[in-house]
Amino acid sequence: MPQLTTNRFADRALDLVHSALNSRLAAALTYPHGVDRYVEQFAPTFALREVRAEVIATRHQTADSVTLTLRPNRNWQGFAAGQYVRLTVEINGVRRTRCYSPANSVHAKDGLIELTVKAHGDGFVSKHLKLDLRVGTTVFLSQAEGQFALPEQRPDRILLISGGSGITPVMSMLRTLCDEGHKGKITFLHYSNAASDQIYLDELAMINAQFLNVELLRAYNEDQSGELQGLFSREQLIKAVPDYADAQAFLCGPPGMMKVVQKVWADEGLSDQLHLEHFTAAPVVIDSANAEGEVRFIRSERLAKNSGATLLDQAEAAGLKPESGCRMGICKACTCIKTAGKVRDTRTGEISDAGEAEIQICVSVPVGTVTLDI
Amino acid sequence: MSTFSKLTPEQFQQIGAEFDAIRNRVRADLGERDATYIRTLIKRQRQLEIGGRIMLMIPPAWPLGVAALGVSKILDNMEIGHNVMHGQYDFMGDAALNSQKFDWDSADTAKNWKLTHNYEHHTYTNVLNKDHDIGYGLLRMSEEQKWEPRFLANVPLTVILHTFFQHFVAVQNLKVEDVLIYKTKTKAQLKEDFKPVWQKMRKQLAKDYVFFPLLGGPMAPFVFVGNVAANLMRNVWACAVIFNGHFPEEVEQFPESVIENETRGQWYVRQLLGSANFSGGKLMHIMSGNLSFQIEHHLFPDLPAHRYAEISPEVRAICEKFGLPYNTGSFMRQTLSTWKRIVKLSFPSRTPAVRPLVTVDAVNDAAPAYKLAA
Ligand SMILES: Cc1cc2nc3c(=O)[nH]c(=O)nc-3n(C[C@H](O)[C@H](O)[C@H](O)COP(=O)(O)OP(=O)(O)OC[C@H]3O[C@@H](n4cnc5c(N)ncnc54)[C@H](O)[C@@H]3O)c2cc1C
Ligand code: FES
Repeated sequence: MPQLTTNRFADRALDLVHSALNSRLAAALTYPHGVDRYVEQFAPTFALREVRAEVIATRHQTADSVTLTLRPNRNWQGFAAGQYVRLTVEINGVRRTRCYSPANSVHAKDGLIELTVKAHGDGFVSKHLKLDLRVGTTVFLSQAEGQFALPEQRPDRILLISGGSGITPVMSMLRTLCDEGHKGKITFLHYSNAASDQIYLDELAMINAQFLNVELLRAYNEDQSGELQGLFSREQLIKAVPDYADAQAFLCGPPGMMKVVQKVWADEGLSDQLHLEHFTAAPVVIDSANAEGEVRFIRSERLAKNSGATLLDQAEAAGLKPESGCRMGICKACTCIKTAGKVRDTRTGEISDAGEAEIQICVSVPVGTVTLDI
Repeated sequence: MSTFSKLTPEQFQQIGAEFDAIRNRVRADLGERDATYIRTLIKRQRQLEIGGRIMLMIPPAWPLGVAALGVSKILDNMEIGHNVMHGQYDFMGDAALNSQKFDWDSADTAKNWKLTHNYEHHTYTNVLNKDHDIGYGLLRMSEEQKWEPRFLANVPLTVILHTFFQHFVAVQNLKVEDVLIYKTKTKAQLKEDFKPVWQKMRKQLAKDYVFFPLLGGPMAPFVFVGNVAANLMRNVWACAVIFNGHFPEEVEQFPESVIENETRGQWYVRQLLGSANFSGGKLMHIMSGNLSFQIEHHLFPDLPAHRYAEISPEVRAICEKFGLPYNTGSFMRQTLSTWKRIVKLSFPSRTPAVRPLVTVDAVNDAAPAYKLAA
């Protein structure tokens, strides 16, 4: 096949170029800026190590969502179905990072990444992705992260439960299992407001028709077109998926829904069969009245009065730009060193000791004066 | 008599508030425009650098190659490096343009530069014994600097400083004169301090004087001499621009007492009296890293420098309102004035100057952001 030989030849040539650029000579010639800072001027998605991607298509499945197809550079190491990436885009000159779960199969031959984003009314990044992101833009990605993933040893009985945009990681699981010719039974239980704002509707119907071991259960709150009706409840679950206790269940959805599902599993002592992915965390309560002391950012030599907000918010208010991602204690992008002072974890209320430690500043509130290496 | 002593505490406070207002307004407006500006400039710099290095290997194009590489080094150090390391583009959240991570094509390490320049020079601008930029430990640039016989060589030493500027700047933080002349620093300490500097210097020297000449093969001598010429071009230009910013004759220097309890308003006024602009077209501003707006730069070191031209009418208006001088002139005029000072100060001063400078009682005002208490 001539096509294949040319491709192989091109791949070899690219490998050679890459190793030449990765050489010590190239580093010496481009010192101190580094190879990336030169090559990116001509090939914006090039980087020696960093994952970058080009947006090659945008698709609008529903009125408030957008599906992005990304072509990552060669540094992308792939992902496990269910994991997420930190996506960084530039909006009005400022880089912003949010987490998104690839929805494609891990076996996709084209090597592309598909993200589906729900645009929230006042969502800064999601609205930008929906309305302003242009095909051809270069975006930045982390490698895949997160514990929420299909185990290597695929379970026999699988129950995938999702609500709204939480469909993305379980969609990846479903597509991956189908590509693998998984034999065990899979139930795909999905909740959304109406059929008109459900993403992946057509593809789910096709999978359902093609794979006999896949059972599709859609529950709409506002119309009757699904197999089920209304919100999640124990009664509904028992009727629709009577063998749910035999399954490994994977859950992702809005916080309210997740709470109810978790309770059902917990009440029956099945919690270790329920795997969770949170897109949002409970809001942080800011206690500005009782905030004392100051926050010292030693590396940047800034000082701020403790406002009681999270250290990430306080650093940003002081004009600094520490790295961040989920802003809710999940992705660890914001981890930095606290050299002194006590902090409270906003998720658990736990108060740290005063010594040096690595902390996630998006979920840490200072208790008195705190010094950070930022 | 210095304008400094004519202002009342209330006036200082008012001046501080007016300058702060400009700063806050511009900061709130930072965005796409600034990002595009700096990225475009970096693109031009890279093109000039690559083009210049190639032309140095093609004899007929050699002079053009020197010019292109020289200009690219000037852009790299001045409008890009100097400004990025001031944190002017930190707001973008781009690691490649972050003041803590950026390094420049100069023998000086980014770390030492930020210490001697961002911290010492910008905080203690023109304060004797505090601002090492007053003569770089080599020259006599102020009446208040006690005359020593070595200053008879003020003029030839200034020429040498211009010629080897990048290396003088690189060792500036070592305070070599403390070892050689004042004996307040040991040779062992000097050796220790020199280690990181040598690390950087070595790589810079290897790049320009070993690797690129070798890459040129038979053209090696051309490349070598071309690099010498380009580095010289950058050295002389950068040094001249910097001298024009602080040493024209009308520019004031201050005794150490001025910084005790200095208020933000007083700090602004000191920056203003201690700096001088020079006029020119857009190209002149870019090539001088906008240090042609040295006054604006000293008032707002962390605002993107391409904004200085826009805010300079407002700064002038504030100066007029409070009867403060706004020192500006043509590049030639400022250069001549600077050299006149250099010649004059080679010789002992006839009348020991007693500066009629009074520190005004502290007005309760915020200290400069980077005066973080240790
Ligand atoms: C591990 C992980 C994986 C994720 N995967 C996806 C994905 O595949 N697809 C996807 O669309 N999103 C996903 N998210 C959510 C995503 O990271 C952003 O939080 C979301 O796009 C909103 O960002 P924003 O900048 O638009 O909103 P912001 O400007 O940060 O917030 C604006 C407002 O929107 C609200 N808001 C933010 N996120 C949500 C939400 N998820 N539900 C309801 N209200 C919200 C906030 O409370 C706030 O009031 C994931 C999050 C995590 C942590
Ligand atoms: S930003 Fe993700 S853990 Fe803090």
